[in-house]
Amino acid sequence: MPEIQHPEDAIVRVTRTCICGSDLHLYHGMVPDTRVGSTFGHEFTGIVEEVGSMVRNLKVGDQVLVPFNIACGKCNFCKQGLYGNCHESNPMATAVGGIFGYSHTAGGFDGGQAEYVRVPYADVGPTVIPADMDPDDAVLLTDVVPTGYQAAEMGGIKPGDTVVVFGAGPIGIMAARCAWFFGPSRVIVIDHIDYRLEFAKNYAKCEVYNFKSLEDPVLFLKKTTDWYGADVCIDCVGCEAEGNTLQTFSGRISLMQAGAGTALQWAINSVKKGGIVSVVGVYGPPFNLIPIGNVVNKGITLRANQASVKRLLPKLIDHVQSGRLNPKELITHRIPLEEVADAYRLFSSKLDNCIKTVLIPSTKS
Amino acid sequence: MANNNIDVTTIPGYGMDADPENEPTYPMKHYTGDDHNRINYERSVQQPQTVEILQSTERPAITTVFGTSVPPSGLSGAIRRYAFKHSEDRYRHWLPLIFADRINVFEGVIEDLRKGHVPNVFAERGWKVEMKHNAVGFLSKLAITALVTAAIVTTVTRKK
Ligand SMILES: [Zn+2]
Ligand SMILES: [Zn+2]
Repeated sequence: MPEIQHPEDAIVRVTRTCICGSDLHLYHGMVPDTRVGSTFGHEFTGIVEEVGSMVRNLKVGDQVLVPFNIACGKCNFCKQGLYGNCHESNPMATAVGGIFGYSHTAGGFDGGQAEYVRVPYADVGPTVIPADMDPDDAVLLTDVVPTGYQAAEMGGIKPGDTVVVFGAGPIGIMAARCAWFFGPSRVIVIDHIDYRLEFAKNYAKCEVYNFKSLEDPVLFLKKTTDWYGADVCIDCVGCEAEGNTLQTFSGRISLMQAGAGTALQWAINSVKKGGIVSVVGVYGPPFNLIPIGNVVNKGITLRANQASVKRLLPKLIDHVQSGRLNPKELITHRIPLEEVADAYRLFSSKLDNCIKTVLIPSTKS
Repeated sequence: MANNNIDVTTIPGYGMDADPENEPTYPMKHYTGDDHNRINYERSVQQPQTVEILQSTERPAITTVFGTSVPPSGLSGAIRRYAFKHSEDRYRHWLPLIFADRINVFEGVIEDLRKGHVPNVFAERGWKVEMKHNAVGFLSKLAITALVTAAIVTTVTRKK
C-alpha cells in the first residue's frame, strides 16, 4: 500500500488500467534501469482515497483519469504547456520526464497495474472524469487518445495531405483516426498483422497495407503518392519494429542496440522532401549511436514528443462527449488484474485478435 | 491520386481541427519567454529522501518528487551506481544499466528461492494463454529451443 510522500501527493485506488504497447519494451528488457520489483502501468483511472496537505483540486472520492506523464505545473517547461517534458519529476534522467510505472529511467515511480498508486503533483495531472463519460473511454484518455492525437497534430497535416501511419497497434489506429480531424485526403496504415489492419480499416476508415505482401514498402509508398512521397509520415512503432532481419537480430534478439529502428527508417525514406515525420514510437538508448529516444523524449524538431496529455484533455474530452471519437471501441479484452501475466502474453504474442486490454482490479479493498 | 473511395464526409469531425498555421516548430509550445529564466522558477516543496536515489549528473540536484519503489541493491545496484557517475550522453551510463537489469533478473530469482518461493515460470510467463491460442506455434518454438540446446550441448561435450 503506497503512502503520501509529498504534500502534493494523492493515493488513488485503481478501477481500470491498461497494458500499453510501450509496456512491452519494458517487458522485453529494452528500457534500461527497469528494476525487479517495480510495478508497471501508466494508463489508469481510479478513485481518490487520500490526499496530501497541499492538494487543492482533488478530494477523497473523486473519480479521476490520470495522465501517464507526471508534471509539476511550475517549471518553465510545464508553464509553456510541455507537460510531457517536466523538469521536476525525474531525477534519474534529464531527457525524459517522470512516467508512472516506466522504469527508473523515467523516475522510478510505481505504476497503475496495482490496486493502489501514489500520484505525485495531484493538482496538476489527475482530471475528474465527467459524469456522463464511460469509464472505458476515460482510461484511454490517459495515453492512447492524446498520444494518437498528438502524433497527428505534430504531423502538421494540411487539408488534402496524404498521411502514412506506421503501426496498427492502438496508438497507430488512434493516430489514423485523429488524422482525419485535420482534413487530409488520404490516410494509409502500414503493419504486418492482418487482424490489426482489418481493425484499423474499420475503426479509422483508412487504407491499409500489409508490408509482408509488399516487396518494398518505401517503393510502394512512393509509387502510390505519384512518385512524390507522403506529405506526412507518423511512426507509431518504436523500437520493436518488424521488417528488417538485421535490425531484428542486432536490436531485438541480441540487444546489441535497444531495439530495431525499421519503422523510423521507412518513415524518413517515404516522406516527401520537406515533408514532416512525426514520431511517438518509444526508442530506448543507445540506438544506432543516435539518441533517437531523446529526440522523442525531449521533443526536438523532427517533430516528436511524448504527448502532453493535460494540454490536450479539454479538446479530446469534447471530441469524446460529442460522439466524434469512440475510444472504448479499441478495447478487445477485459482481464482481472490477477491474471496480468496472461494478459501480457496475449498482447505481446498478438493472440486472440488482441488490440487493447483493460485490467480490472478486484473490487474488494 | 485516388483516395481509395473513402467518403470523408462520413467521418465525424472531418477537418474540424485543421490549422494551416501548424507548421513544424517546437511541438505545440505556448511560448512565454520562460526558457531564458532557465531553472530559476518557483519549485514545490522538496520530497524528503528516505532511500538511495541515483541522480543524473546532468542535474544540479534531485527533482522535487521522485519514485522510491526499488532502491539499488546488490551487485546490480553497484553497477547502477557506477553507471550514474557518467552523463546520459555516455555508453558507460546506458550499457551498464542494461547489463545491471540482466543481473537483477538472476538476483530476483535467487531472492525468490531464498524466501522459499519457487517461480512458476509457466504461469509467470503467461504460457497458459499461449497454449490456448497458439499451441502449434508455442510447441514448435519449444521444440526448436530444445533441439538447439541439444545441438550446443553435444558440440560442447564432444570437444572435451
Ligand atoms: Zn501507454
Ligand atoms: Zn514541470
